[in-house]
Amino acid sequence: MIQTITFYLFSALVIASACFVIMARNPVHSVLWLILAFFNAAALMVLVGAEFIAMLLVIVYVGAVAVLFLFVVMMLDIDFSELRAGFIKNAPLGALIALVLFVELFVGLVAWNAGGVTLGTPDGTSAAVEGASNIQSIGALLYGKYLFLFEAAGVILLVAMVGAIVLTLRHRPNPRSQNIAKQVSRRPEDATINTRPEVGAGVKL
Amino acid sequence: MTDFFVNLGMSYEWAWFVATVCGILLIALPLMLGVAMIIYADRKIWAAMALRRGPNVVGPFGLLQSFADGLKVFLQETIVPTAANKGLFLIAPIITFTVALMAWAVIPFNSGAILADINIGLLYILAISSLGVYGVVISGWASNSKYPFFSAMRAAAQMISYEVSIGFILVCVILYAGSSNMYQIVEAQRGFGLGIVNGFFFNILLFPIFVMFLISSLAETARAPFDLTEAESELVAGYQTEYSSMSFALFWLGEYANVLLMCTLNAVLFFGGYLPPLDIGFLYVIPGFVWLLLKILFFFFVFSWVKATVPRFRYDQLMRLGWKVFLPLSLLFVVLTSGWLMFTRFAA
Repeated sequence: MIQTITFYLFSALVIASACFVIMARNPVHSVLWLILAFFNAAALMVLVGAEFIAMLLVIVYVGAVAVLFLFVVMMLDIDFSELRAGFIKNAPLGALIALVLFVELFVGLVAWNAGGVTLGTPDGTSAAVEGASNIQSIGALLYGKYLFLFEAAGVILLVAMVGAIVLTLRHRPNPRSQNIAKQVSRRPEDATINTRPEVGAGVKL
Repeated sequence: MTDFFVNLGMSYEWAWFVATVCGILLIALPLMLGVAMIIYADRKIWAAMALRRGPNVVGPFGLLQSFADGLKVFLQETIVPTAANKGLFLIAPIITFTVALMAWAVIPFNSGAILADINIGLLYILAISSLGVYGVVISGWASNSKYPFFSAMRAAAQMISYEVSIGFILVCVILYAGSSNMYQIVEAQRGFGLGIVNGFFFNILLFPIFVMFLISSLAETARAPFDLTEAESELVAGYQTEYSSMSFALFWLGEYANVLLMCTLNAVLFFGGYLPPLDIGFLYVIPGFVWLLLKILFFFFVFSWVKATVPRFRYDQLMRLGWKVFLPLSLLFVVLTSGWLMFTRFAA
């Protein structure tokens, strides 16, 4: 009973906030609705018992990706009238994408009605560890059976990161970066001198 | 607590519901009282270090100062700037305050005294603390004013930077405890040092992590010396510039609830939470929450001490510390910790 109510509550919230993402006039409001959608999706994950995925969804998407997204959208100076002017021009493309998504959804539903796909081998070697927590079963799969795929993903991400850094790296002619070790190691004796000049003679530097 | 209500003659579902509501009230109400008193303590400690007397007029020793401030703020008029985005402007302090309360659900106050004993306790705290930035960012943007906006930008960058290293630090703790359940993390610290001392603090591998966590938690809660989000010399009052009366008070309460949470995390993760400092029988006579409270107060004193003595960081220094010092160091310690555990605990 309570599960059903909660499921429909969170599903309705996900769908409603997803609709508001595309209906909101202000892009910042769109991002905030998107964050609400992420959060409710995480709640749905908790409901089906995938609490680890739910927490990752909140930490990675809500906590990091969406913040950066919000950051960028807030910084942009968006002209709303210009955005709306392009609506007619881009409408056919949008309709095409909507059609593709709808067909995918339809095919998926038909396929699901035809019967489920058995994942992994029938002897259950790739199935989640029975009676273990989310983290344990995901860890056992990720670092056991799919170790090489996991490491390959890591290497690809590393290459992508290096690529992004190389693309944006600029060498300035004379960077004035702070050398903290040099500043800390500087003693009063290096920087100041005590002199006792004759009256009227002044100090030679 | 559910059993108690079942014995009163309720059905299990109702008993669970009533017990949970009671648990939430048992945490939230003392927390609010604690926040009020801790603001007083902060001002007193800060005053003492500046050779001033601090609040000393309202009530004995000025003890009721926070309540007087609360009453004053409550009676003030809420001003919403005309150019502000009204809905978001009012939601932002509520988000800050709510998020600051949410994380307390998984804090073990005593053996068995925990609201939600979930397997992913520490991950939950990480997730909730990553939500904390939204209150600041939304308030900065919705105020439609330059200084709050600068502050919001700073807050977003600062909190994301330090969350990365906090994540790796928590990974080390989880590795040592062998679980991310808060209760099991505390129990793993029983007799950790030479079989006598409780707490991960007394471990050569974990001590540097503790220091990093303490500094990162200062940055995460935007306390001095990392209070760049409300640097009064540059940004008036940062993201709270346009706020008045209760909406301002909610920011204030949320901020101090977050500070208390970070003190509690320091105590729970590295100082053995509700365990007494030494694993000796007679020390267990004193109930666990008293030990936890003493540890929290100790860490709060450290926070105040730092606030009173250390000058504010420059923004590029803050970023340098987060990305160039803490991130590589905490990564190194993840490797060191897991390597050490592979050699000792999981040696084939």
